[in-house]
Amino acid sequence: MSNSKRSDLDLPEVVAGNGLINRRALLGRGIVLAGATTAGAGATLTSAGAEPLPVDPWSLTIGSTIPAYETPAKYEKHVVRTLTNPNHEPRTSQARTPHHLLNGTITPNGLHFVVSRTGFPDIDPAKHRLVIHGLVKQPKVFTLEALARYPMESRICFVECGGNSGPLYSKDPVQANVQAIHGLVSCSEWTGVRLSTLLEETGIDPKATWFLAEGADGPSMNRSIPMAKALDDAMIALYQNGERINPSQGYPMRLLVPGYEGNMNVKWLHRIKLIEAPVMAINETMQYTMRIEGQKSWQFYFPQEVKSFVTHPSPGHSLKGPGFYEISGLAYSGNGRISRVMVSADGGKSWAQAALQEPVLSKALTRFRMPWRWDGQPAVLQSRAWDEAGNTQPTRSQIAAERGAPRVNVPVTAFPMGHMNVITSWGIDSKGEVKHVYA
Amino acid sequence: MSTHSSLLLVTATLAFAASAAAETPNLGQSISEADLALWDISVGPDGVGLPPGSGTPAQGKVVYEQKCELCHGKEASGGKNAALVSTKDRTVTNYVPHATTIFDFTRRAMPWPQPKSLTADETYAVTAYLLALAKIIGENDVMNAETLSKVRMPNRDGFVSKYPEKH
Repeated sequence: MSNSKRSDLDLPEVVAGNGLINRRALLGRGIVLAGATTAGAGATLTSAGAEPLPVDPWSLTIGSTIPAYETPAKYEKHVVRTLTNPNHEPRTSQARTPHHLLNGTITPNGLHFVVSRTGFPDIDPAKHRLVIHGLVKQPKVFTLEALARYPMESRICFVECGGNSGPLYSKDPVQANVQAIHGLVSCSEWTGVRLSTLLEETGIDPKATWFLAEGADGPSMNRSIPMAKALDDAMIALYQNGERINPSQGYPMRLLVPGYEGNMNVKWLHRIKLIEAPVMAINETMQYTMRIEGQKSWQFYFPQEVKSFVTHPSPGHSLKGPGFYEISGLAYSGNGRISRVMVSADGGKSWAQAALQEPVLSKALTRFRMPWRWDGQPAVLQSRAWDEAGNTQPTRSQIAAERGAPRVNVPVTAFPMGHMNVITSWGIDSKGEVKHVYA
Repeated sequence: MSTHSSLLLVTATLAFAASAAAETPNLGQSISEADLALWDISVGPDGVGLPPGSGTPAQGKVVYEQKCELCHGKEASGGKNAALVSTKDRTVTNYVPHATTIFDFTRRAMPWPQPKSLTADETYAVTAYLLALAKIIGENDVMNAETLSKVRMPNRDGFVSKYPEKH
């Protein structure tokens, strides 16, 4: 395009403070966003002449052999999970998804987050069994081969650790990136057999109001889950994004309870027992309970409530001078579809509605996008999501009023508070550096 | 249409609905509870599922020092891994609402490198040791399927359920 000075009439409509542009600008109408700078302020960004184009060496030779199973390009080796226990010491391991380096909504299988007490077990799929027993008419055992013959369904949904975003409950903002703060959520297409289909075959004693799900791993992780979820949308998942689920995601099968906290989506699933009342497992009486100052601790807090965060730009990114940027991020709710995401560039003083990338699916990650013309001055980016049930993310003061204000600073790997869905703020300084702030 | 034929129609419809609902692959094999007993290790807060066996704090101290102290520290006060008996953080002393949970988790998941390696007696004993350290039971109290579920934990009433949800 030409560098000629544009009149204000040509510029996309500014809809909120610090340069947020009407989201419809993303849809085209012939607006060339890269050149859409305010008169004067962004003059340096408009294109100087590019270098002449040489013929590169890869255009002059044959390519490499196509591998049987392909991994990302060698230049993408930095796009990996962060590990809290790489030497497999006797404690829980966490691996976090690098949301600042990904786009779209589906998490690649190798980058799905993991929380595991002892790592992943080596399960022979031919010997693995799923037993359903307890308050049933007839206990039954299913092989993987048998389950593979059942009617299946696929659904795209997120799985999120109940402790994800916990560092937001720190007295001062932890200086960490989106991977460290929000990396315990991922989204996949899961394919498997409805639990309710199998329960039709075992029969259900009307006294059963809960079921226990247990893994075949060494620690045999177990959770009590309401029967209502079993009869609603619980699934025995066998496939993740088209292939058999990865070892650290529960190979050869995991329970999927869409929208409920990650720990309930029991991996390496081998036993379901229908019961009358919760067994009070460690993961429902110690971990995955929430200690609230001045109140009783919260227990059986299942849905991952509506949340969003900006992934681009986010800490670790730097803006290369004033001009156009797309603010984008992820929104999701364990209670249904995302209905709206608002974005602010001035720390919440003014807001504009972001575009939602289709498809917008229930209990799945939804990508939002917001065009933004940065003027080079300090800015604070925030996003706030609403779900179709009408829930929205709390502000920091609302969280403090409900649960007490955080009193101490915590390491970024700590879990000081579960189910943290408070608004996240990224501060941008005049150099374009992004850091975590409270606003 | 006579009343009789209406009834027949209703009956036929119901029969169809029932057979449609039963149209699943039916590839699960029946098994008795006895044949899956080795897998059924869950223990409820009422003690249902606790195995035979017993242990005392003194017996548990021996097991603890051999198999638990390396990670959880002297007298369960914390080391490489969490404190189990302490007034700080969440522990047996101040947080766990049911004594059966200590038995259940220890049996299924501990010690870290050899889960499910403790005998029922050893598990009762370690549980008794922790409860005695936390001064919830006496030094000479015996823990078994009868006594364990009767232990009243200090934080028994410290929780409120968030289920069912409001939404």
